[in-house]
Amino acid sequence: MSRYVIGRIGQAALVLWAAFTVSFILLQALPGDAILIKFLNPELGLGPEQIADIRASYAADSPLWMQYLHTVANFLTGRFGYSIHAGVPVGDLILANLPPTLWLATLGFLLSVVVAVILAALSALSPFSWLRSFIQSIPSLFISTPVFWLGILLIQVFSFQLKLIPVINPGPWQALILPVLTLAVPISAPLAQILMRNIDQVLTEPFVAVARAKGASHRWVLWKHVAKNAVLPTLTIAGILFGELLAGAVVTEAVFGLNGLGGLTQRSVNDQDIAVLQAIVVFSAAAFVLINLTVDLLYPVFDPRLRARQGALA
Amino acid sequence: MTTAINIRPVPADVPKLPLLEISNLAVGYRGSDGFQRVVHEVCLLVRPGEVVALVGESGSGKTTTAQAVIGLLAENGRVEAGAVRLNGTDIAGWSQRQLDTIRGSRISLIPQDPTSSLNPVKTIGAQVAEVLQIHRQGSRAEIDARVIELLTRVGLSQPELRAKQYPHELSGGMRQRVLIAIAIALRPALIIADEPTSALDVTVQKRILDLIDELRREYGTAVLLVTHDLGVAADRANHIVVLKGGRIQEQGPTAEVLAFPRSEYTRKLLADAPSLGKARAVPRIRSPLISGSDDAIAVESLVQDFSIGGNREVFRAVDGVSFTVKRGTTHAIVGESGSGKTTTARSIVGFQKPTSGRILVDGIDVTILRGENLRQFRKTIQLVYQNPFASLDPRQTIFQIVEEPLLNFDPLPREDRAKKVHAILERVGLPQSVLARKPRALSGGQRQRVAIARALVLDPQVLVLDEAVSALDVTVQAQILALLDELQQALGLTYLFISHDLAVVRQISDTVSVLHNGRQVDSGPVEDVFLRPGSSYTRELISAIPGQRGIGQH
Amino acid sequence: MTGLNTIGRSLLRDDADILKSPSPPSRRIVSGAAWLKVVKGLQPGLVLAWFVMAIVVLWALFPQWFTSYSATVGVARQQLRAPNAEHWLGTDALGRDLLARIIYGAGNSLSGAFVAVGVGLVVGTTLGIVAGSARGRIDGAIMRGVDVLLSIPQLLLSLSIVILLGFGILNAAIAVGVTSIASFARLARSEVVRVRASDYVEAAFGSGGTFGRVLLRHILPNSLTSVIAFAALQLGWAILTISTLGFLGYGAPPPTPEWGLLIAEGRNYIARAWWLTTVPGIVVILVVLSANRISQSFGKVTA
Repeated sequence: MSRYVIGRIGQAALVLWAAFTVSFILLQALPGDAILIKFLNPELGLGPEQIADIRASYAADSPLWMQYLHTVANFLTGRFGYSIHAGVPVGDLILANLPPTLWLATLGFLLSVVVAVILAALSALSPFSWLRSFIQSIPSLFISTPVFWLGILLIQVFSFQLKLIPVINPGPWQALILPVLTLAVPISAPLAQILMRNIDQVLTEPFVAVARAKGASHRWVLWKHVAKNAVLPTLTIAGILFGELLAGAVVTEAVFGLNGLGGLTQRSVNDQDIAVLQAIVVFSAAAFVLINLTVDLLYPVFDPRLRARQGALA
Repeated sequence: MTTAINIRPVPADVPKLPLLEISNLAVGYRGSDGFQRVVHEVCLLVRPGEVVALVGESGSGKTTTAQAVIGLLAENGRVEAGAVRLNGTDIAGWSQRQLDTIRGSRISLIPQDPTSSLNPVKTIGAQVAEVLQIHRQGSRAEIDARVIELLTRVGLSQPELRAKQYPHELSGGMRQRVLIAIAIALRPALIIADEPTSALDVTVQKRILDLIDELRREYGTAVLLVTHDLGVAADRANHIVVLKGGRIQEQGPTAEVLAFPRSEYTRKLLADAPSLGKARAVPRIRSPLISGSDDAIAVESLVQDFSIGGNREVFRAVDGVSFTVKRGTTHAIVGESGSGKTTTARSIVGFQKPTSGRILVDGIDVTILRGENLRQFRKTIQLVYQNPFASLDPRQTIFQIVEEPLLNFDPLPREDRAKKVHAILERVGLPQSVLARKPRALSGGQRQRVAIARALVLDPQVLVLDEAVSALDVTVQAQILALLDELQQALGLTYLFISHDLAVVRQISDTVSVLHNGRQVDSGPVEDVFLRPGSSYTRELISAIPGQRGIGQH
Repeated sequence: MTGLNTIGRSLLRDDADILKSPSPPSRRIVSGAAWLKVVKGLQPGLVLAWFVMAIVVLWALFPQWFTSYSATVGVARQQLRAPNAEHWLGTDALGRDLLARIIYGAGNSLSGAFVAVGVGLVVGTTLGIVAGSARGRIDGAIMRGVDVLLSIPQLLLSLSIVILLGFGILNAAIAVGVTSIASFARLARSEVVRVRASDYVEAAFGSGGTFGRVLLRHILPNSLTSVIAFAALQLGWAILTISTLGFLGYGAPPPTPEWGLLIAEGRNYIARAWWLTTVPGIVVILVVLSANRISQSFGKVTA
């Protein structure tokens, strides 16, 4: 491994640690006390001593720095604490809620890539400039659309007006169609915009003119020269897209009443369930850091210019 | 051949039939203000094997004309009238699809900027092979062999290695050789060379132009050479076409145009081109006022290191440079890119601390100045940059730009400041009407005058001119050089003139240092260095100045 | 849009300059014809965008000018009326006029967006300028902090802040603002670094300018143009994000008219009253599109 790779991994670890610390401080500063919210409920009939015992079992009374070290050690050993609300280990909660969200996000992402590529290709191949401006304005419409509203609109149109997808007891695939569509629209927009901008920009590069002067047709130039140069920079927004995907999943699950990480997030905010929210934040930060790390390490494989630069640094 | 080429073969018994005939060509662009015509009624002929140079300054329409020939006008451009006949067939109205069959095979292009003209993510070999693949020239193995052959032919060492490398691993000159290999791959009848060497160093330029010449002779290819440099045209072309404002000023055989220019504009171009100018043998006459003996600048064994790659490696940009400049004279530092000339200038102005050595400007040691002392020192020496588009703040008015140095020092009252700004603007030959404008409303030459005015408003002793005329058109360049000369005479200024252009240096400087890879390889009075160069590198530089062949012919 | 794909335009460099320059001939004629040209040059899309923004700002400032209905008190026996002559956009389940609720909601949504952009703009830009002009360790520390902020997905970060500050429209706005600090800081820093490297800044130092003067006179004015354009872009984004928080129930509490909340409330009646969700959504889209279009006219932003 070169020094660059080691340095880059170290940097990623540092960011992750800092994100963990920030989320810890943020959430510990909460005025509300989730334990009290749950256990002071008179219906439970717990006495003050019992509550004190419960607090001790959550290590809620030790000094802040002790709690911090405690939490770090627990996270490192794969124990993410207990959900105060549900009373089960946070790890189990997340594992249980991960698969449906993963499905939704993967399908939504794939669809958004397809939509973005189709839009970019149509814009690049359109023979008229008015058609091209029209296609290029579609992503900005997508970006301006509230995700939750789009979801509701789709339900209205496909379930209530056209009655294509039943509202009650849809099949497992039927249930996914509208959420995936809802999620794909806002994700496809930045992808399509970046692709279109890159294609337009690469087309003005002198090497494209040289390729035309060789006798290459417009399509040949698009495929052999523009495509790779335009697609490469989209890798750099992979991390940001992941964040968007997660946010989109939270909202989409809320609109369609689906179970998943999004629903879990929403419930943990409503119940001020700190342990759960912190684990979700740290998980997503870890995913973000990991995605960016992968992109950074993979980029030189596709771009020879960076290969040389890293060689010089190694 | 499987591709449909609709051009009738040239009958062998008709010699000198024009290969390319442009008649009454008019080209325009659709802009925000509607349609604007930039090329008017251009007529010219290119015969087989001949070099025709399209010469003109920026905005002359030379590049547009060339692009119209190969059908690569920008999307908002259109051929409005006229014909472009290739072997008698008018291709001006051809569709892109039709043009694709002849581009690369019958007409090819050598572009201007080798650094951005190759696809950064494809290998050299793949990009040369592409032209053969497009026109379906043989099997994979045949194409690979042909690529190596071509790379060898254009003078690249280790062609097998080069074929596997990426563009950024090659120097500018090597990349231009690759682009030439692409252009000649299918032995086209016509090559359009669009400023093929203007981005290259002068010694590399000569080698590239020699290569094009050689290949042209070998293959019998005609070349339409687009250039701003009359010297290059004089050296290389059989026929010169002078363009201005999209119209042909005159055209004719090279020797004729150079010796007996008919149009006023050509005469002006010839007089202004430093490499072709005739009034240089006369030694410069200095006014007695500045014949003092003390030195304005003294540089002693200047060394400048830069750390690269994490402070480990050290790159020595300047290595032991020494020279002195007498008050009121002009000293030139000449060198190609990477020679250390700009680094030297920046150390002298005090923008960076040298690694070792001493720099005295007006008796003050610049290398030990810091903080407020350094700031006060700025009044003594001023720098004029190469690119007047970048050296003026786009948000300021011309008045604010020229006034600013005064605000930094003299607590002058407002009226005095205004008076001073007006006076200096008049001095550099700018009308008062520009005062309220922003830089973008000015031409390149006007902007450089503003930059000079800003430098002079503090009454400095020394002006460092870092390639200050290199970005300008030759006629504008001549005006700025004349202005600099006049200012020197009147104000007794000392100039340090940084340049890559030996012809200009010879014209305006008294003494010169030649730098090569950070070392000073020659120095002394300018005529001594030019007539009796002390190093082989200086000799090579001098022989690479374009325009000498043209002069030699008469 | 000027980003036309132009094969071979780069070869054009010198000739194209004539066309790119602001056409000196037409400048000299300052007459009625020139004015006509200015009017013709206006892009209809941009005019429309400013028009939409102006109306929404007026809604926010003087809602009573535009409707005589109350935004919070319903009319009895007027529940769930489809759009009609009396209630142009229909009524909700409590008989409240939807148009009135949208008009009164503009104040909440817009002021929230302005607070959010204000937080991001002020804090982020300051951090970016400090990082870009100080360089060295301070720069490193600030930018690592920005990296950390960026590593937490924006929605999660704003949710964390919302539960820290408590629910409510102002808190939601602040939370949204905090999540945009990182982008503002990055943009401001890169602009400062870019301008600092320019010849005219060096020339300003070279003519005896002190650091403070050069910063105020050259670096800041030239860096802030793109920051302002970015702020306009963020305005649309903030309206969207605040409405999302409102929809999830973390923004304004009912019965406050807020656009996200309006859509959330209408959700319960999608089978019977399509207008309750559809119309507020279209209003949000129009406003966000307009803000983006206006920001685009300020200059190309890439951040």
